[in-house]
Formats: sequence, C-alpha cells, structure tokens
Amino acid sequence: MDETRRNFLKIAGLSVLGFGAKPVVDAVAGTGEPKFEKDPQALNGKRWAMVVNQKKCLNAKEGCKDCVLACNSAHNIPDFPNPKDEIKWIWQVKYENAFPGQENPYIDEYVKKSLKGLPFMVLCNHCDNPPCVRVCPVQATFRRPDGIVVMDYHRCIGCRFCMAACPYGARNLNWRDPRPFIKKENPEFPTRSRGVVEKCNFCSERLAVGKMPACVEACKDKALVFGDLEDPNSEVRELLRTQPSIQRKPQLGTRPQVYYIL
Amino acid sequence: MYNAGKIIIGIVIFLALITAPFWYNFGKASTPPKLEIGTQEKQCVESKAFMQSSHMVLLDQWRDEVLRVGKRIYVNSAGKQYNMSLQNTCTKCHSSKTKFCDRCHTYLNVAPNCWDCHIAPKEQEKQAGRSDK
Ligand code: SF4
Ligand code: SF4
Repeated sequence: MDETRRNFLKIAGLSVLGFGAKPVVDAVAGTGEPKFEKDPQALNGKRWAMVVNQKKCLNAKEGCKDCVLACNSAHNIPDFPNPKDEIKWIWQVKYENAFPGQENPYIDEYVKKSLKGLPFMVLCNHCDNPPCVRVCPVQATFRRPDGIVVMDYHRCIGCRFCMAACPYGARNLNWRDPRPFIKKENPEFPTRSRGVVEKCNFCSERLAVGKMPACVEACKDKALVFGDLEDPNSEVRELLRTQPSIQRKPQLGTRPQVYYIL
Repeated sequence: MYNAGKIIIGIVIFLALITAPFWYNFGKASTPPKLEIGTQEKQCVESKAFMQSSHMVLLDQWRDEVLRVGKRIYVNSAGKQYNMSLQNTCTKCHSSKTKFCDRCHTYLNVAPNCWDCHIAPKEQEKQAGRSDK
C-alpha cells in the first residue's frame, strides 16, 4: 500500500515537472525570437521642448488658427457643439489668463493695457515635474525619458485626477462618445472613447517616424519652434539663449517646458 | 421515503431541464465561422497557429512597446519588419472588420473594445451609416 502510494507520488511529481517544463523547452527551442526596434528615421531627443515665438504669432494673419486646425485633424479631435464638452490639445487664451500673477500693482499702465487680451497659443507644457503623472492611479499618464508626458488611453479609467492636478487646463475628459463629432477622421490615428481624458502628446507618433509636430509644421510664420533642449546647437536653445522668455506659472514648480518669447 | 414516486419524477424532470441545452446540441458539431481575410498576402506577421491563439497577446505587446518603450517596428521570428499598428498594419490586410474580427469574436462571445478608439477599415455599410450624421 505504502509502496504504491510512493510510486504514484513519484510519477505524479515527474509528470507535473514534465508538463511545467514544456513551455520553457518550447520557448528555448523556438527559432528566432521576435524583436522590437526603433524606426531608424525617428527623431531622438533627450528633452523635447517648445518655444512659442509669440511676437511672430501676433503678427500673423488675422484669426490664424493653422496650428489648431492641423492638430485637430491629425489627432481626430472632436468638435462638440457644447463648450462644456470641449476637447482641445492646442488652443488660444488671453494673456492675463495664460500668465496670471505676472503683474505687480505698479506696472506701467501702458504695458498693462498693451498686454491685456493678447492671444497666446497654449498647450500641455510637458512639465519636467508633472503633477498629472503623480496623481494618475493607473499610470495611464506617464513621462517618457525624453520628457514627453504621454497618455496610454487603453489604461485611463476616467477618474479625472489628472485634470484636477494640471494647473494649465491642458486636459479634457470625453464626456460623450467623440466619434460622431469628428469632422474628418484621420485613418492613421485612433480616436478616443467616452470616459477617457486626452491631451497633447507633442506628436510623439510623428516624432517616431521622423516628422516634426503637426502644429510646428503648419505654422507658416515659424512661431512654433520644437527641439531638444539638451542639444546645445538646437534652435530652441538658440532662441532661449538670445531672447528673454517666460513660462506659464513657473512659481508652481511644475517646470513647464513650453517657453514664450514676448 | 414518503412520496418517492413524486420525488423521483421531480428529480428526473429537473435533470432533464438542466441538461436540456446539452441534449439540444448533442451530436451537432457547431460550425466555426468562415473568416474572410481579405488579402492576397500569404503570411501574417507570425504563423497562423500563433495568430489564432495569441493575437491578443501580441497586440498587447505591440501596444506597450509603441506607447511605453517608444519602439514601433516589429521584427518577426523570420526577420521581417512591420510597423506595429492595428490601424496601419493589421487592417491593411484584414480589410473587413465585420467579416474577419467580428465573426470570430461574436461566435466566441468576446467583446474586445479595440474599435471604440481604433478606426476600423472602411466598409460599404459603414460609409452609409456615417454619411447621414
Ligand atoms: S501641462 Fe498639465 S497635463 Fe501637461 S504635463 Fe504639465 S501638468 Fe501634465
Ligand atoms: S483620468 Fe485617466 S489619465 Fe487622468 S488620472 Fe485618471 S486614469 Fe490617469
């Protein structure tokens, strides 16, 4: 009795071992392992950033929205009739709303008046210290090593913590299914679904194939400049070296990486 | 046992009812759906057997590589390169979602939500549905 049980256990143990080892053996015996590679044409940066040369933007043609339109159609951004539902990746705001807290009570009336109401192009700042990333409970929002703050829409649960955390209003929730509100779909880029937050991705899908961001490419006045801040010879570095620039709400410590030249 | 007859009849009826679906389908081999691949291409990114059993695993891997690691090119086990993209690679061959993806997913009663965001290849019916919006 004892003897047979012992044998039974031995055989059982051996067969478990055998079955368990099969996938391992299969994997080792398999031919070439599939690999993942970067596109050789991809633009590689160490710290992507944008400089908005607002002087040029202000001198552009009346009501120019080229960058916004280019972004909207590249990324299938819906156009909801109700402004409460609005989705925007790059948009225009007035100076005093984009840069609150820049003024002191003694500022010259003339300067104050001339800045008031001026339109500025704003977008996600791809902060170096992004509060949106810190609060996301599922790591749907994360910071890439090259500084771009991106979203994995597959993972977003729509909790909107990131919207509360972002001090720039760069994020919007899809309260409704965006599909019917996309004027013309770009078949190469996905849309989003209801209950998902979205924002600017610095065109990471375009950088990956060697293209500049859609808004940068669309701006005929060259007011949007994109580049690598870690590269001392880049155009963005050159602009920041030679011209005074400001950032949005730098006092909050988010270290925004979109710079404005006034 | 009191009422043995009634109880036994009851049990028999109960068993008959609960196993009814089994008897209903007994002996009938369910026909798996016919899929229309929609391409002349002979070879998918990996072997047919692998794709049948593990395409969802592969797609998840593609998603993570593209979004999180930033690598967009897949070199398959035969050394061939592909752009890892459901919209720009898979559906270039599998040009009909309704006759390929949906048929099998419906048969197996699974409802992946890929197409909530990814744009399905244009099909005749689809276009009609969209134009009246
Ligand atoms: S601007 Fe807002 S959304 Fe963009 S990285 Fe900074 S905190 Fe996040
Ligand atoms: S809404 Fe989405 S991205 Fe934002 S914090 Fe929640 S899960 Fe993360």
